Amino acid sequence: MRNESRLLLVVSLFGAVIGVLFWAVGLSPVYATITSGGTIMLGAVCLLGLLPGYYYHWWSRRMSPRSEDDPEATPESGAGVVGVFPGTSIWPFVLGMSALLVCLSLVFGFWTAIFGFSLAIAAVVGVILESRRGGAI
Amino acid sequence: MTLLAERPGVVQEPGGPDHGHGPTGILRWLTSTDHKVIGKSYLITSIVFFLFAGVMAVLMRTQLASPDSTIVSQHTYNELFTMHGSLMLYLFAGPFAFGGLANYMVPLQVGAPDMAFPRLNALSYWLYLGGGLTMIGGFLTVGGAADFGWVAYAPLSNAVNSPGAGPDMWIVSLILTGFSAIFTGVNICATVFYLRAPGMTMFRVPIFTWNMVVTGILILIAFPVLTAAMVMLWCDRHLGTHIYTVSGGGVPVLWQNLFWFFGHPEVYILALPYFGMVTEILPVFSRKPVFGYRGMVFATITIGALSTSVWAHHMFTTGVVLLPFFSLMSYMIAVPTGIKFFNWIGTMWRGSLKFDTPMLFAVGFLVVFLFGGVTGVFLASPPIDFATHDTYFVVAHFHEVLFGSAVFAGFAGLSYWYPKMFGRMLRESLGKASFWFMFVGFWVTFLPQYLLGLHGMPRRIAEYSASTGWTTLNRVSTAGAYILFLAVAIMVVNFYVSWRRPIHASGNPWDGHTLEWATTSPPPPHNFFRLPPVRSERPLWDFNHPEHTTRAHEAEHEGGTPSRRGTRATGGGADGAR
Amino acid sequence: MLLGGALVLGGCNAPTFGAFRGATTQGRDEFRLWVGFAITGLAVAAIVWGLIFWTVIRHRRRGSDAIPRQFHENVPLEIVYTTLPFVIVLVLFYFTVVTENRIDAVSASPSEVVHVLGFRWGWSFTYDSGTGRYQGVQIATAAQPKVLAQPATSSQYPQLVLPLGETTRIVLTSADVIHGFYVPAFNFSRYAQPGVVNRFDFTPTTTGVFRGQCSQFCGLYHSEMLFSVRVVSRADFARWLATEQASQAQTGSGATS
Ligand code: HEM
Ligand SMILES: [Cu+2]
Ligand SMILES: [Cu+2]
Repeated sequence: MRNESRLLLVVSLFGAVIGVLFWAVGLSPVYATITSGGTIMLGAVCLLGLLPGYYYHWWSRRMSPRSEDDPEATPESGAGVVGVFPGTSIWPFVLGMSALLVCLSLVFGFWTAIFGFSLAIAAVVGVILESRRGGAI
Repeated sequence: MTLLAERPGVVQEPGGPDHGHGPTGILRWLTSTDHKVIGKSYLITSIVFFLFAGVMAVLMRTQLASPDSTIVSQHTYNELFTMHGSLMLYLFAGPFAFGGLANYMVPLQVGAPDMAFPRLNALSYWLYLGGGLTMIGGFLTVGGAADFGWVAYAPLSNAVNSPGAGPDMWIVSLILTGFSAIFTGVNICATVFYLRAPGMTMFRVPIFTWNMVVTGILILIAFPVLTAAMVMLWCDRHLGTHIYTVSGGGVPVLWQNLFWFFGHPEVYILALPYFGMVTEILPVFSRKPVFGYRGMVFATITIGALSTSVWAHHMFTTGVVLLPFFSLMSYMIAVPTGIKFFNWIGTMWRGSLKFDTPMLFAVGFLVVFLFGGVTGVFLASPPIDFATHDTYFVVAHFHEVLFGSAVFAGFAGLSYWYPKMFGRMLRESLGKASFWFMFVGFWVTFLPQYLLGLHGMPRRIAEYSASTGWTTLNRVSTAGAYILFLAVAIMVVNFYVSWRRPIHASGNPWDGHTLEWATTSPPPPHNFFRLPPVRSERPLWDFNHPEHTTRAHEAEHEGGTPSRRGTRATGGGADGAR
Repeated sequence: MLLGGALVLGGCNAPTFGAFRGATTQGRDEFRLWVGFAITGLAVAAIVWGLIFWTVIRHRRRGSDAIPRQFHENVPLEIVYTTLPFVIVLVLFYFTVVTENRIDAVSASPSEVVHVLGFRWGWSFTYDSGTGRYQGVQIATAAQPKVLAQPATSSQYPQLVLPLGETTRIVLTSADVIHGFYVPAFNFSRYAQPGVVNRFDFTPTTTGVFRGQCSQFCGLYHSEMLFSVRVVSRADFARWLATEQASQAQTGSGATS
């Protein structure tokens, strides 16, 4: 988990450094009139790396070592249940179509959104029931 | 139905746990959450969009073959280049890589049973398909499809200058496909972070997968900005806001800043996966490990990071950007890209190179992309950009990099992994013919465009007068486009032939290095019956050629002293240290 | 690189690599930079292509299936080919900044000032009356765009007239969407944007008529948004201006040719 968190923190650091640099260069009178949103966007890059990066960092110090981080691990050491994976499910399709309808309301007026939101509710209920039946999320 | 995925032990009988039932046919396509089914859907859909956009390109080139041409009207031409560019970039080059090949291969390469979030993965595909059809649907509206270029500069894209439903559908399409890309990005990162095989430390992950992780992060950085910009554009068009219009106190250049803050990372979202494919193919067909693995990883990360801070090199001629800042940052990208090139050459150096179709396309990519990269460095110089901005010089440059990546490297990756995905081989003869037509056609199409640009031909013009003297070069370029069309047609025939008269592919037809070749072709549900131990970035090679691992060779050639390099050869140094 | 440097200084007799030599001092500065870049770029490309082709031909698998040595890194070499591009790029950046500053420099006392306005789909050139010498001569495109492109020099399109060897300030903006004010022979383009006023100088070095065209897509008749630039001697310029002024005073409006 260490390397994963470092990767994200590097992204964050880069956003911060370049953001400050960009902001500072922009202060010079030659460029003072320029509005670009650049500093804000670079700041957002910083945050985007920081949130998951720091979370991984925090977590990597608390979790028990994983076999995928152990260079000497054998396939046997990781054998067993990896996780629960859903089989087939119609609900992603339904949800996708509902999103399509909702967005199309931006073009054709709000009536498509009514169908869209109804489908979305159906999909959410469907997924939850499906997961219940499967015994796990 | 929910399945518990068991990670295989050393040996597990094929056909093990009872899965693989389930719906077939169209219902399977609609309901599958298997990354392999979704990956194939993505591939096929994106290739169909590619063919659509290719036909539009040939139409445009036909129009430009002679001066004062009226084969298509000005309005149609404007729709054509807008849709060609949008389809190629938003619906082909990106989704083909991260939705198609990466979706299929990343879980396999890290030894995972599926993507981390299979249902989200399926949702990505449906958003993509819906978005794509919406974009094409623009052609069916009264005013026609969007016709403001794939960059939709404000204020040209506002309701006054571009009224109608077509532009709105274009906006909606980008919102939908944007979310689709974001979900895929999250999925890929989570899969690599959480579902790797035992022993596969981050520094043993195949380079393709590494590049996909960085691509995923770039998607997360770039696409939200695009979506936000699109929503604001919609508000300007329909709610009477004035975010991008001067009259209401807005700032048109803001659009360009937002768009290119997405747009430049997008360019690398479209390039890094293809760099990764080439980095998988060169070692396999050279029978050597990738040269400078760590250098490759750091170069990828550096490119990804730098790509967030060069956006305004597309805006040099606006007169309102920090020229030296963006120029320098853009130049800096040449350094990691150069590292990659030398590493690719180092990988082939003193190898045993076999030129099957994937390798041919991969080397074709190197040759083509190099020139696109060099002309890219030219354009990073504001004075040169002043002279060539928005001319065919730029068109030639970006086709060299985009066509080089998405088509040369894309076909390399596709023909490399085709046996794995479809369990059958492509015909070598057709593949090679396709390559040579494409390679020749490519230069014939795009070299003249560099000259046209230098002679002052602007891009996005539907016609020109004979007095400009551009006719001959345009003719040549159009002839090249027909050759390219033929090359793509041969590739399609190749798919068709392999579909009708399959030649069975074994699990590992190329003597591959990475885990995707350690299972059957195509892989069973949840992918693996057994995994080899992972001791370097090429576990399968180590398993199949135990006397030729990197470590063994180095020990032999350095008199058997267990040197520092010997330990690093496992690629596990960093994680191993703690 | 050295060769490139020499040619950058030598300038004039260098091959053009397809580009215009530049009909203004600013355009010539750009051209010199271009030649340096073209030589450096082609040299780098030639070297890397050479390496690729050499490897591909030399190391192709011939019959024997022997497995080659499995080397996978060479740290000193990798450091060299990281630093080398870095240095090249810094040199390019240096020349870029020097040239860019010269091209973007605006004179404190230009001898003429022309206001250029881009609109859908045409241009208007208004000679500054602020100097007190002239009464705002204006040349503009006729309202209706032609549907098939004529030569840019055709009288359908407006013509910007500039005096030879003197510095003219262009003050550029747009009435509607973004346009690109592009004169290929001057090696220069700049966006005409609504709400933004861009200022830059031209100092023509050759007489002649040069084509100009909108380079930034601006909608339906973008391909028709042509103009031309005519560079004439000071005397001819004065004569032209006087005639133009007289005829516009008569008609009472900007002449549309
Ligand atoms: C099949 C070979 C191809 C041909 C013959 C071709 C031809 C063209 C032509 C004629 C234009 C319009 C130029 C203009 O009027 O300004 C164009 C624009 C463009 N092409 Fe291609 N193209 C090809 C492949 C591709 C590929 C593979 C990609 C990307 C992956 C691509 C991306 C673009 C983009 C982004 C534009 C700019 C659209 C715009 O100006 O808004 N093209 N291409
Ligand atoms: Cu860019
Ligand atoms: Cu225009």
